[in-house]
Amino acid sequence: MNKMINEQDLHNERAPAVGAWIRSGDPLIWLNGAAVSVSVIAVVGLLLLLAVRGLSHFWPSDVLSVSVTYQGQTRELLGEVVEQVEVPGAQLREAGFELQGPGPFYQRTLLKQGNRDFLGTDFTWLIDEQFGERRYPLDLLVVERLEWGNFYGYLRAVNRFGADPVTVADHGEAAALEALQALIVDTVAVRREIHRIEQGDIGAINYELERLRLRERELELEGRLDASAQADLASQRAEQEALFRALQEQLYVLYDSIKDHSYSAELADGRVVTLPIAKVVRAYQPNAMGVFAKMQMYVERLWEFLSEPPREANTEGGVFPAMFGTVLMVILMSIIVTPFGVVAAVYLREYASQGFVTRTIRVAVNNLAGVPSIVYGVFGLGFFVYFVGGELDQLFFPASLPRPTFGTPGLMWASLTLALLTLPVVIVATEEGLARIPSAVREGSLALGATRAETLWRVVLPMASPAMMTGLILAVARAAGEVAPLMLVGVVKLAPTLPLDGNYPYLHLDQKFMHLGFHIYDVGFQSPNVEAARPLVYATALLLVLIIALLNLAAVSLRNRLRERYKSLEH
Amino acid sequence: MQSHALDIQALKRDKVPAVSPAGPVETSLRMENLNLFYNQNAQALFDINLEIPKQRVTAFIGPSGCGKSSLLRCINRMNDLVDGCRVQGRLLLDNEDVYDRRVDVAALRRRVGMVFQKPNPFPKSIYENVAYGLRIQGINKKRVLDEVVEKSLRAAALWDEVKDRLHESALGMSGGQQQRLVIARTIAVEPEVLLLDEPASALDPISTLKIEELIYELKSRYTIVIVTHNMQQAARVSDMTAFMYMGKLIEYDDTDTLFTNPEQKQTEDYITGRYG
Repeated sequence: MNKMINEQDLHNERAPAVGAWIRSGDPLIWLNGAAVSVSVIAVVGLLLLLAVRGLSHFWPSDVLSVSVTYQGQTRELLGEVVEQVEVPGAQLREAGFELQGPGPFYQRTLLKQGNRDFLGTDFTWLIDEQFGERRYPLDLLVVERLEWGNFYGYLRAVNRFGADPVTVADHGEAAALEALQALIVDTVAVRREIHRIEQGDIGAINYELERLRLRERELELEGRLDASAQADLASQRAEQEALFRALQEQLYVLYDSIKDHSYSAELADGRVVTLPIAKVVRAYQPNAMGVFAKMQMYVERLWEFLSEPPREANTEGGVFPAMFGTVLMVILMSIIVTPFGVVAAVYLREYASQGFVTRTIRVAVNNLAGVPSIVYGVFGLGFFVYFVGGELDQLFFPASLPRPTFGTPGLMWASLTLALLTLPVVIVATEEGLARIPSAVREGSLALGATRAETLWRVVLPMASPAMMTGLILAVARAAGEVAPLMLVGVVKLAPTLPLDGNYPYLHLDQKFMHLGFHIYDVGFQSPNVEAARPLVYATALLLVLIIALLNLAAVSLRNRLRERYKSLEH
Repeated sequence: MQSHALDIQALKRDKVPAVSPAGPVETSLRMENLNLFYNQNAQALFDINLEIPKQRVTAFIGPSGCGKSSLLRCINRMNDLVDGCRVQGRLLLDNEDVYDRRVDVAALRRRVGMVFQKPNPFPKSIYENVAYGLRIQGINKKRVLDEVVEKSLRAAALWDEVKDRLHESALGMSGGQQQRLVIARTIAVEPEVLLLDEPASALDPISTLKIEELIYELKSRYTIVIVTHNMQQAARVSDMTAFMYMGKLIEYDDTDTLFTNPEQKQTEDYITGRYG
């Protein structure tokens, strides 16, 4: 009896179900869970999209050979299938196509047919119903080139200069291919040597000549350019020029040694063309390759993407200079912003009396964090580049005027502008860290006869270091992804040299540099060849995200170690 | 029903017999008409006149907010850190005015060490905590530091417990150990006066007992001023006791006299638990 009554009570309590459910807090938990899930799905989805689209680009996919019949005419085509979509027939008819099939939807294929030098366009949309038999011939050769994009065709002969040609007809396909690969290896080695001489040795000579020119101009401006100085400069210059001529000779020889090698190949339409091997990056037969060989090629191409400079208006090659520029700029920015932000925060929190002025400054600092980044770019250009840079040039580099040294966008101004942009974040985070330190610890230090400065330096700042790291993490995350202001203060689409090299003063703060964020914009939206560039946009975006994540992870792990050390104090 | 009155006889039985050094007792600290203002209007201390003897334990007792901690913090000028804080009158340490313009506050605080209510070790190793005061004086010789660290930790009755983990973080110690570490850290700089601001209020009874024993040990070398809520503690450890109420010094006398035969009605009411 008793038990029954209890059950009845329980039941009654459960009766106003919805109200009780809301009061129980469950809906809030579900809501929070949903919000978190949406965020996670968005982030993971974005990364997946970038990874799939970007990373698949480096896979050597099979090359299709197909004949396309349209209005009674038949063309032979070769190429990689890039994309396939279904489109409504009406849309195609409107565009002027004659369709045979029943519809209503038709499959279209985007074919990368390469051979831009012979066909004009390297990407073409085709309607699948016009396709004849699809074949994947094993002897189909893909050649990656320095100019004109990929070449697709059938190898016919390899001509090493001064030797008899190795033809497919006479010597067999394997021998010809082997000869081709051997020649490519040779020319690549020569090209590397040429690059080393041009960038390294001749670059150094150019630096030296520029230095001599500046020295002469300096002496001239100071009115000390007498005959002996002139003679001295002239002899040094002659020395450099002699070196230069020697290198030039060497270069001519190297260029000569590879310029006459060539290979002949047959296009899809039966034309046989002869092309220089000097412009070949690599050649392979994707249809004949196994998965393992393709994987090897994939890694090779991925590595090329990470380690090589771009070519062909950024639509081919790698992104190394952009990656390098991004990381270098972020590191310089961190070096500038951390001390500034920490010092400002220490002053605001520890020394300034907490009155109206301090409050105003704090509000102003917080507001700075909300200023659109392009405004910082304009400020950086106006203040840093033209005003500060211009003054620096007047003071320290009068010899090279009217050509500006620091009075033009460059690495230093970009780093400074971003440091300014991220300063509020560091200040706010550091201030919060300082405020959280228990006053008992400060008093303990002061009671031992430490001055305020000693207390700050020995106790307070180490304890606030995790907060500083938090600020730095936020700053890095913001700075690494920032593009708009950089376009005004130092980033270019193609920088001929890295801002860090072997020529004195090694770190060239006045140089312009490349940046992954801007590279994405440039490749994606300024490129003459959109289809060719698109996968690189995804790959570059993925790389940028990964680099930011890596920089952040490094900072986070450092912060966690610091936090661990000071953990027990934050009860 | 038993009253809250303090059984002073029972306490006296527990108390370690006072072994006062022979000869006349010198004065270490003298306060003359000391007034403390926290703002224009908020006065925390009113005309305090007090003489604190050398190498004795003097306790300040009184209800919360009576100004005993404020008075203690006047002695090493910790109140300087509070914005708008102002002191009137004189506070003499060995006949030198602590509030004289020429006084170097850092040097003063090395002469007047202070231990706070909550243990506040630095987030450094045990060794570095004790060596801190010396390091800021520019003493970095390892031999000297080693010696002082050991001596101070022994003086604070902590050496045997921590000698094997001197270079581990001080934050891993128990509360009582931390408080003794803070005492060791304070006496490492060899102060003349030791200010203890409710040093045992955050500790368990056993740790409290250890701290009290330590205070007894230390008084032969230091002038000790202790603020406490706990009247039993004041009666146990101190030689002199000052009772304060509402920022005023009500009564100041020998601990035995004050607890057994107070002159003021207010004092009697407080120690017998009638208010406070």
